Amino acid sequence: MLTLGLSIVSLARFQFAMTTVFHFFFVPFSIGMGFLVAIMETIYAVKKDKVYLDMAKFWGKIFLLSFAVGIVTGIIQEFQFGMNWSEYSRFMGDVFGAPLAIEALLAFFIESVFIGIWMFTWDRFKPGVHAFMIWMTSIGTMLSAIWILAANSFMQHPTGFKINNVTHRIQLTDFGAVVRNPQLWKVFPHVILAAFMTAAVVIAGMSAWGLLRKKKDENHFFKTSLRFGLWASLIFALLSAGAGDLQTQQIIKDQPMKFAATEGIYEDTKDPAPWTIVELIDAKDHKASGKIEVPGVLSILAYHKLSGSVKGMNSINKELHAKYDKKFGKDMNYFVPPKTLFWSFRVMTGIDALVMLIALVGLIFSRKKKDTIENHKWMLVVLGIAIWLPFIGNSAGWFITEFGRYPWIVYGLFTIAQAVSPTSTVASLLFSNIVYFLLFTLLGGVMVWYCRQTLHHGPYYEEVDSKQNVDPFAREAFGK
Amino acid sequence: MTLSTLWFIIIGLLFSIFLFLEGFDFGVGMSTRFLAKDEQERAALMSTIGPHWDGNETWLVTAGGAMFASLPLWYATLFSGYYILFLLVLVGLILRGVSFEFHKHAETRTGKNLWMWAFFAGSIIPPFFLCMILLSMVQGVPINANGDAFPKFFDVVNLLSVVGGVAGVLLSLVHGLNFIRLRIEGPLRERARKLNQILYPILFLGEVVFAVLVFLQTDFFTKRFGTSLFITALIVLFSLLGYYGVLKDREGWSFVGSGLSLSMVIVLLFNGLFPRVMIATNPAHSILIKNAANSQYTLTIMTIVACILVPIVAIYFIWSYSLFTKRINPRENAVKY
Repeated sequence: MLTLGLSIVSLARFQFAMTTVFHFFFVPFSIGMGFLVAIMETIYAVKKDKVYLDMAKFWGKIFLLSFAVGIVTGIIQEFQFGMNWSEYSRFMGDVFGAPLAIEALLAFFIESVFIGIWMFTWDRFKPGVHAFMIWMTSIGTMLSAIWILAANSFMQHPTGFKINNVTHRIQLTDFGAVVRNPQLWKVFPHVILAAFMTAAVVIAGMSAWGLLRKKKDENHFFKTSLRFGLWASLIFALLSAGAGDLQTQQIIKDQPMKFAATEGIYEDTKDPAPWTIVELIDAKDHKASGKIEVPGVLSILAYHKLSGSVKGMNSINKELHAKYDKKFGKDMNYFVPPKTLFWSFRVMTGIDALVMLIALVGLIFSRKKKDTIENHKWMLVVLGIAIWLPFIGNSAGWFITEFGRYPWIVYGLFTIAQAVSPTSTVASLLFSNIVYFLLFTLLGGVMVWYCRQTLHHGPYYEEVDSKQNVDPFAREAFGK
Repeated sequence: MTLSTLWFIIIGLLFSIFLFLEGFDFGVGMSTRFLAKDEQERAALMSTIGPHWDGNETWLVTAGGAMFASLPLWYATLFSGYYILFLLVLVGLILRGVSFEFHKHAETRTGKNLWMWAFFAGSIIPPFFLCMILLSMVQGVPINANGDAFPKFFDVVNLLSVVGGVAGVLLSLVHGLNFIRLRIEGPLRERARKLNQILYPILFLGEVVFAVLVFLQTDFFTKRFGTSLFITALIVLFSLLGYYGVLKDREGWSFVGSGLSLSMVIVLLFNGLFPRVMIATNPAHSILIKNAANSQYTLTIMTIVACILVPIVAIYFIWSYSLFTKRINPRENAVKY
């Protein structure tokens, strides 16, 4: 019975991880894309430079593709809480449902209605008015991020609630506190700036591939897009790193275990604390070896000071046992998966740094005075490959956030094991896992394929296409 | 009236609006396979709902969110209890959602066909299984003391639930055809009307069977005879109005009629459920609105939020429809999709 129980939890967890990671491939991408396309169209509306209209249209197509996959994978999330985590829904309903419903009412309606208008009214509105539609869509996507992160922040750091004595469920006491949750206002800038960076890197990378095709009439288009993407990559990589640093300060306060794991610290550090670049983690015996350290740096990272030691996982584990044993029993394991967090953190920050570097080099090569980027083919290829980096970085960041909450689903209040639907069976979960996996593979593959195809056609395909377009339909209409 | 009852009504309203709006989306999707004669007409049909389908689907997302935010115990029991059926609904919605965008990008005939079929399947699967879930739920299912529903195969798949599913699909199709008559010009429009001329009599037959089965299989008519009878009559009356519009070539009346018929199905079910949200085979385990509801504080906040936001949404939602009123001619101005 125990093994069966475990596998239901792990299957449900796997499903949540799979669906959210996949959803989170496309969500930051479309949030960022909507924002950058809105900027492009605004530049066109102000400067009337046609290349920005072409850019808004072309990158708008990529935006629509990612948006489509983003929404359909989003519906799963809303249903999933009830389907796989019904005990969680019962426990958390008083708090969790509100932000979700507000997200739908406030954000989803704006984005879905205005994107519908935007995509069908290119010829109907003046540029400024049409740009307003994409701005509304973009604002909708960002509002949506705020509300879902408000819900997630509560799970990381519950505020404004009490436990009802009769039902033993969470009861909301202060909605303002949920909205003001310090975690939310630290995580939101980080996520949103990373989203902008994601789209920027994709625009720069796809433009690099476009330049490699060496079509004369597209050169100006892709060059402008490239510079636009590189500038945005650099700016937003810098800003998201800064926002991440602020978020870290909050995590040290609220979830010290998560922080200690991202730095791979088992024993309390010296004062000032050295920063470990890499190490070998022995998760079983709770120790680490083979450290390569830089003295004093972790104190600066953690506290923005030259001194101060950082608590290790072993002592935090003891503290957590002292705090929660009465309610949850002695058998709880409070260690978060240390390798996942340690390496995810290095992947995430490493990618951010790499993006800054690549963007900087790209900007130098393509500077107006001495534009030699086309002579540096390798640089264009590097930019083209770099498209994938932010997606890996985003997933790594999400891993830290979610795995770092282990063993809680709601920090300090409700464990993951308690949250699963009692109705779930291994068979139904296995079935749905397989269905989702196949479906996602298909969607992801097709989406990437169509993005590639759109790039292959280039920005001026449609104008040519519409003139020749009569033929295939005519054959169908009269052929039969 | 308590706030929890108000939210029960709001959820019902949201579902009714969803079925009214997404109902014709589904119907348009279904009609692509037998109303359209070629790819161009199919694309024209798809483009009639192109700007709207996403907004329409948001009413479902909102209804789900509202359920979670106000009556979470209902949400938890319903969604976990009907696991496989909700999974199928999701698969349908996913296939449909991407098909709009993917179809536009497909260049080969196989590719276009693939996404058109996905669009078609994704337009039949969700209304069928959603109606099946609702009509299975109202008959009562085994629920334990914790509130977990364990419906057995024949609790889910039985005469009423299957008839309900088919009726939902048929009504959506009829509604979709009425919408096509509003938005398309030329022979396609006339074909939609002709098809509805055949479908309406079948629909009336279906509605009678449906009403009889609801009478036999649920406790609606024993618990609330008057209102149940009245709403059932309304379903038929609105369908008659739709049929009248078909015969007299007044598509506006047809559209309103078929849409309200769909909405009234939800009203009938919610009216019969009240004051329960889940009916258990053992009546002691039925879940009541008052037990499923959130705290007074949360409901108050949600009520304020809804009172502010819903009217705003309604305004720009209706405005967005007013932007696309020009009839589409499949041979001339449509094929933007």
